[in-house]
Amino acid sequence: MDINTKGLKKNAFRITKERGLTASRIRVPGGHLDAKYLGKIQQIAETFGNGTVHITSRQGFEIPGIPFEKIPEVNKALQELIDGMEINQDEAGAGYPASGTRNITACIGNRVCPFACYDTTAFAKRIEKAVFPNDLHFKIALTGCPNDCAKVRMHDFGIMGMTLPQFEPDRCVSCGACVKACKTKSVEALKTVNYRPQRDERRCIGCGECVINCPNAAWTRSQKKYYRLTLLGRTGKKNPRMGEDFIKWADEDSIIKIILNTYDYVKEYIDPNAPGGKEHIGYIVDRTGFEEFKKWALRDVNLPDIAEVTTPVYWKGVKY
Amino acid sequence: MGFCIQEAQFNAILKEWQKQYHIYAPKVYKGGGRFSDTDCIRYGEISQINEIVFDRKSQYSFKEILTPVSQTLFYFTEGETKEADGPRKGAVLFLRSCDLHGLKRLDDMYLQNGPADYYYSRLRENIKIVLMGCGHSFENCFCVSMGTNQSTNYDLSIDRQEDGTYLADCRDPQWNRQLAEAGCASQEVVPQYVTENAVRVTIPETLTAEAADSRLWDQYDSRCIHCGRCNFVCPTCTCFTMQDLFYSENGKVGERRRVWASCMVDGFTDVAGGGSYRQKNGQRMRFKVLHKVLDYKQRNGYHMCVGCGRCDDICPEYISFSNCVNQLEEAMTEVKQK
Repeated sequence: MDINTKGLKKNAFRITKERGLTASRIRVPGGHLDAKYLGKIQQIAETFGNGTVHITSRQGFEIPGIPFEKIPEVNKALQELIDGMEINQDEAGAGYPASGTRNITACIGNRVCPFACYDTTAFAKRIEKAVFPNDLHFKIALTGCPNDCAKVRMHDFGIMGMTLPQFEPDRCVSCGACVKACKTKSVEALKTVNYRPQRDERRCIGCGECVINCPNAAWTRSQKKYYRLTLLGRTGKKNPRMGEDFIKWADEDSIIKIILNTYDYVKEYIDPNAPGGKEHIGYIVDRTGFEEFKKWALRDVNLPDIAEVTTPVYWKGVKY
Repeated sequence: MGFCIQEAQFNAILKEWQKQYHIYAPKVYKGGGRFSDTDCIRYGEISQINEIVFDRKSQYSFKEILTPVSQTLFYFTEGETKEADGPRKGAVLFLRSCDLHGLKRLDDMYLQNGPADYYYSRLRENIKIVLMGCGHSFENCFCVSMGTNQSTNYDLSIDRQEDGTYLADCRDPQWNRQLAEAGCASQEVVPQYVTENAVRVTIPETLTAEAADSRLWDQYDSRCIHCGRCNFVCPTCTCFTMQDLFYSENGKVGERRRVWASCMVDGFTDVAGGGSYRQKNGQRMRFKVLHKVLDYKQRNGYHMCVGCGRCDDICPEYISFSNCVNQLEEAMTEVKQK
């Protein structure tokens, strides 16, 4: 048997512990798909694999037990999903391209969740369109609100939805629901002054609890959507750590630009001897210093006036 | 007189009305809902007829026009006070039949219930009513059960037609002339109203305050979150509280305002000396429900609730007022057996 393992991995197949058998890795950008594709996944698993499917930790499906020689057929069968999920692809029928940049994950977002501040899947797909296919090791995740159910702080780029609460004093009934909710569920950014809530802009994390809990629509969401961008969290063997705040009140366009800029930065500074051509961005930033990273990341980025950039950023985490 | 009004004609008429009146109607506040990418439909000023939302029920009622959520009554400084300015224009209100019946309840509360309320009167005195016909019932509506499904005390009625025109019945002589001069085609018009709702409510004839002792109310202790939305959206809730506030820069100057209050919200029954009644949510629900379908009628001869169903529409905990009322018969049987 003669298999180019590097090529196979870039085609989103895995070298498994069982010789001769691979697993097909199906990315689902934003973690939301039409139910009809589940039938297709079942069919591939039962036709080419061992009849089981693993739900991956990055919101994909992995179909194990596929003999190497079935890869071309599996790739053909995958085309329906690739088309349906609008995955960027160089060549039709050739399967998923690249496996370096990981699936962009998202919590369920505002299609369903009352707390979410935006459509996480739609934004994930927008980023997918901008960055895929790509061999570099980037992990991006989106979560609808600062609850961070998607654990975005464990990613290189963590995107957390925010809303800038708007207060209409004349609709306030002084019930205290917002102040109470902010204190008990969020960061205590509201206090009562002259019967009405007063918002501490520095404390507010844009979670929207005031809006959700206001019974009279005195608090509403901003028309513009905002995001907190966290940087360079990671799991791994050497120094797992949480992503730290980079920008508060960022906008969608800026975030995409920053991610694309970071690809350029990584291409410039990645360790040429990195195993498999992959190096966590955080280790590169540790090497170049944060200021150099920031210079690259913010190139031609026009942040909203209210955006707050943290600089420099320091990380903690466990060091081995 | 009846008319068929084209959209452009209506917009020209609205422009004319605006010289004398603020025009209030249910409209979309885009992105104004609790949840992201959701809208809020509530009353606001409009200038074009197509701003009015006909195909959905407004989440909040018209009452905030006549009894503002927060209304400054007067300003004070040292030995002097100055009354807050009154309205400069009158108001045209676009109301559905249930809300027009709600207006009668506001009037009875503010104008007939002891001395007439000055601040209500001055907003109320120069208003015109446009009845929005209901071609069908919305979710949770039970106007037919409450007898509020039809109204005749309007200045103009309008029913939006599928072709974008409006059928109108006009009872105001001046507006009749205006519509005729605008070239609106005259025709026989009967405002649409519903004769059936999916939700039906039966208020037992035997209902007395004894129902307060039923176990019915207990379920709401844990189900209700005492947010008060049911009160704030209700076209007939009129409770308010007073706030005297002193401006922070100069504590000698301030204002007195009255602000909506809710019998479901904490603090409503707080009294001097630290007492607080109806602490359980079930007790608050009991008070509200029995006020709407029992106490009020004993004083005024007709039920307070107009069956708009907004309280059911808005409740984040899916508590249904109509379903509660429909359990009162059983509650009466239960308490009679004790």
